[in-house]
Amino acid sequence: MSDLRDWTIVSAADALTKGEVSSVELTDAFIGAIEAGQSLNAFITETPEIARERAKASDERRKSGDVRGPMDGVPIGMKDLFCTEGVRTTAASRILDNFIPTYESTVSGNLRDAGAVMLGKTNLDEFAMGSANITSYFGTVKNPWTPEGANANLVPGGSSGGSVAAVAGGLAIAATGTDTGGSIRQPASFTGLVGMKPTYGRCSRWGVVAFASSLDQAGPLTRTVEDAAIMLQAMASHDPKDSTSLPLELPDFRAACTRDAKGLRVGIPKEYTLDGMPADIQKLWEQGAQWCKDMGAEVVEVSLPHTKYALPTYYIVAPAEASSNLARYDGVRYGHRVPGDSLDEMYELTRGEGFGAEVQRRVLIGTYVLSAGYYDAYYVKAQQVRTLIAEDFKKVFADVDVLLTPTAPSAAFAEGDKMDDPIAMYLNDVFTVPASLAGLPAISVPGGSDADGLPLGLQLIAGVCQEETLFRAASALEQAANFTARPEVTV
Amino acid sequence: MSYLIQGETGDWEVVVGLEVHAQAITNSKLFSGAPATFGAKPNENVSLVDAAMPGMLPVINEMAIEQAVRTGLGLRAQINKYSVFERKNYFYADLPQGYQISQFQHPIVGEGTVTLDMADGSTHEVGIERLHLEQDAGKSMHDQDPKRSMIDLNRAGVVLMEIVSKPDIRSPEQAGAYVRKLRAILRYLGTCDGNMEEGSMRADVNVSVRPKGSDELRTRAEIKNVNSVRFVMQAVEAEAERQVGVWEDGGEVVQETRLFDPSRGETRSMRSKEFAHDYRYFPDPDLLPVRFDDDFIERIKATLPELPDDKKQRLIDDIGLSAYDAGVLVADQETAAYFEVAAEGRDAKTVANWLTTNLFGALNKMSKAIGESPVSAQHLGELVGLIEDGTISSKIAKDVFDIMLETSQAPGTIVEEKGLKQITDTGAIEAIVDQVIADNPAQADEVRGGNDKAIGWFVGQVMKASQGKANPGQVNGLLRQKLLG
Amino acid sequence: MSLTKDDVRKIAFLARIRVPDERLEPLAGELNNIVGWVEQLGEVDTAGVEPMTSVVDIATPMRADEVTDGGIPEKVLANAPDGEGPFYGVPKVVE
Repeated sequence: MSDLRDWTIVSAADALTKGEVSSVELTDAFIGAIEAGQSLNAFITETPEIARERAKASDERRKSGDVRGPMDGVPIGMKDLFCTEGVRTTAASRILDNFIPTYESTVSGNLRDAGAVMLGKTNLDEFAMGSANITSYFGTVKNPWTPEGANANLVPGGSSGGSVAAVAGGLAIAATGTDTGGSIRQPASFTGLVGMKPTYGRCSRWGVVAFASSLDQAGPLTRTVEDAAIMLQAMASHDPKDSTSLPLELPDFRAACTRDAKGLRVGIPKEYTLDGMPADIQKLWEQGAQWCKDMGAEVVEVSLPHTKYALPTYYIVAPAEASSNLARYDGVRYGHRVPGDSLDEMYELTRGEGFGAEVQRRVLIGTYVLSAGYYDAYYVKAQQVRTLIAEDFKKVFADVDVLLTPTAPSAAFAEGDKMDDPIAMYLNDVFTVPASLAGLPAISVPGGSDADGLPLGLQLIAGVCQEETLFRAASALEQAANFTARPEVTV
Repeated sequence: MSYLIQGETGDWEVVVGLEVHAQAITNSKLFSGAPATFGAKPNENVSLVDAAMPGMLPVINEMAIEQAVRTGLGLRAQINKYSVFERKNYFYADLPQGYQISQFQHPIVGEGTVTLDMADGSTHEVGIERLHLEQDAGKSMHDQDPKRSMIDLNRAGVVLMEIVSKPDIRSPEQAGAYVRKLRAILRYLGTCDGNMEEGSMRADVNVSVRPKGSDELRTRAEIKNVNSVRFVMQAVEAEAERQVGVWEDGGEVVQETRLFDPSRGETRSMRSKEFAHDYRYFPDPDLLPVRFDDDFIERIKATLPELPDDKKQRLIDDIGLSAYDAGVLVADQETAAYFEVAAEGRDAKTVANWLTTNLFGALNKMSKAIGESPVSAQHLGELVGLIEDGTISSKIAKDVFDIMLETSQAPGTIVEEKGLKQITDTGAIEAIVDQVIADNPAQADEVRGGNDKAIGWFVGQVMKASQGKANPGQVNGLLRQKLLG
Repeated sequence: MSLTKDDVRKIAFLARIRVPDERLEPLAGELNNIVGWVEQLGEVDTAGVEPMTSVVDIATPMRADEVTDGGIPEKVLANAPDGEGPFYGVPKVVE
């Protein structure tokens, strides 16, 4: 198979089962692709030795009939936010550039136990704060969809930019991401992939470098909806070490990919229509609604009245939690340290040098909105608005099964765009943030392309713990959209 | 009787509130499964959660909740069925997370009361404001290296119950009594061992002063980490005097943190920060609110031992002890336990007397605590039993007691070995009486002549002749019979 | 609510991040921009609305009081920038 982008988890599992290919062969091929694909800068730390070890172990297990499941032997990328035992984990930050965890995160451990082969730690925005993967200490990531000879690279989206670049660029079959305000879904949309964020609490946060505790969720980045379902099944679990972990049995996500939308009620939230929304996106959205109707779903307009307040709410709550979560990066017990004459000086210099500009901005905003005199006006207020946003969704899901919206307000843009104003960057998350605030499962499915041929995603959102409904609708939409475009160049 | 400081411009009162940090007795820490024991090698009792590694998360220890509720019941306080853990954000070397998980707006226990037993037998009520749960910090050592401080996180994350009193304390004596009573209650409940030297119980003392008779509350200073009852009392006195001096000099007392220096007997200001602490409390998003129902509280209530105040009242009501004696016996759990063992099946009042009159004084002289008493509770009870059944007289009992103090032998054994049994055989006593009368005809005539007092002399003589073993009552009776007919 | 250079200095100290003097003014501008933008939340009527305490609606998990952790000083100290035997070392703190 010459084009590695042809592999999916399903096709790889099939070929491995049939003995048409071994995990070692597959893994070697992807290791080669990674070596050739350095210009994407998709990986912070490549782990070819570990990958070969795990591939070999998978093949040996298979020989003796011990196959762990469809992920067994499949080469994947691991976002460098998941602590991996013995393997450097940086969160794309200078402050952790030498940190080697002595423990494995629950999610990466689940994937390892399922037999998945880790090719390396993928690049991301520093501490997952960003929507373009331009804030990493280890350099920006190039979107494989960047046209040959372009003036500037296109961004892959963020924060899971390295993961999507790896999958879209044929450097891995699938990759893990994390989503706090859209960091799985938006980059998936920018690269023509499927990106899924489950219900808050489905995947354990233990061992994931924390950004915003009440929002962070791990999820899969894959080529197909079925792949996402398979990978999520392996990632998710109830973890007693995480007090916010859902103590519920997992449904069979793959079985839910029935591609049958007949009888589904699909809601179109009217408040998601933005002033100045690009025509391509509006058109795709309408096309998506039409596909649903064609498939026998009922499409209705619904209202989520507090939608416009979701972004400002997010940009109070997330930085506030982050400012506290990042306080542990102080140079005392691990990570980068800048010496100082006093303890405070050491803290200030270490963090001043160790954190990039965007992280510093968010930590300062977060510190400010929690500070004396402002806590009620900002943080409490935001948490109240958050309750209203969640209630909006709850009401609507009493009436419809899923919501259909665009994933992002634009296609992938050029590095250097939107740089003057952080808020312009924040607006990238306008469609993804509301579902995050309410803890709802959501998925981005490649829907079509814009006039320049760049991919555009469609987002589906379901009610709390309704992943089965979500996968059902998403598999149907995927089939209807039949998105097969690929970037022109392989690397 | 009130405590007053005599200043130059007049008399001043002191207003004191105490925040006591008590380490709860648990096997593991508040949010991690690392051991909560004392004395391990550095960083031995530390989990990755305690060390605040990236991605680590807290999980609540259910015993911490129980111990807090148990303590709240012992403080006769309101138990809050809904409470929230919040993050208290600040930077310090012994605080790995850069925040302490504590409780702020919604503590697990609300208002309660502690009754102080004062030395003069009076009582004084001190209100409890709240009790909340929080993580203890690690330890920094500053004397190991000239340029560096060394951090040990063994203590980081241990369960602390912070007990905040209302500012109802008005003297150093009351402050001491409060700490002692609180410690007694915690030890009775088994929720904290109250060992101030080891640091499992520490007090922050808030002190302010005001002119006598005024009800204003002036600025207070906080004296942190006082680790003995004696120092608490000294700190109150020293700080109150300092503050009176400041006010009378025309200055203003500043709200600040101070340390008590026992070698100098004074408080000194801790290096002041440029900016005041802004802790930026907010509910910890890694945790859910703590909720339990009335059944949970009732189940804990059912496991409570008899508390000091109730025990004291029972000793007063059922046994007729004085408030003072009852107070002394219940003041600490070990004494109360000793008393109960000794008094089992005996006259409780007599036993109580033996403790307060004889045992305590002896132990004091030996500088021993009741737990180290050479006379066991069992044996003391037996001694009283021997008096009650007439085997020995109370006078001989004192001698036996002295021997018990030295040898720790059972009283029965001592009585046997030394042949101290009281002589109650009438015939035997009569024989001695007859002999003494016969040997002292002049005194016998005195008695017959109407000098009653001389009987006492005869009693003395008979007791001497019998080495104190004759039953004095019988001696008296027989003498009267023979001399006065 | 306009943040001054001085406010930024104070917030930066609370957050223990050294911001070079020349960055204070521009940073104040950036932060003001963001703060001004989030202030639109003031338009929302939130009277009687409970602030969200948790996204998940589950019973609060608790652990049994057993020792299940610790005894791993090598792991705890493995990444220490300045360790001294079994301790972490930091610049001397004067109390």
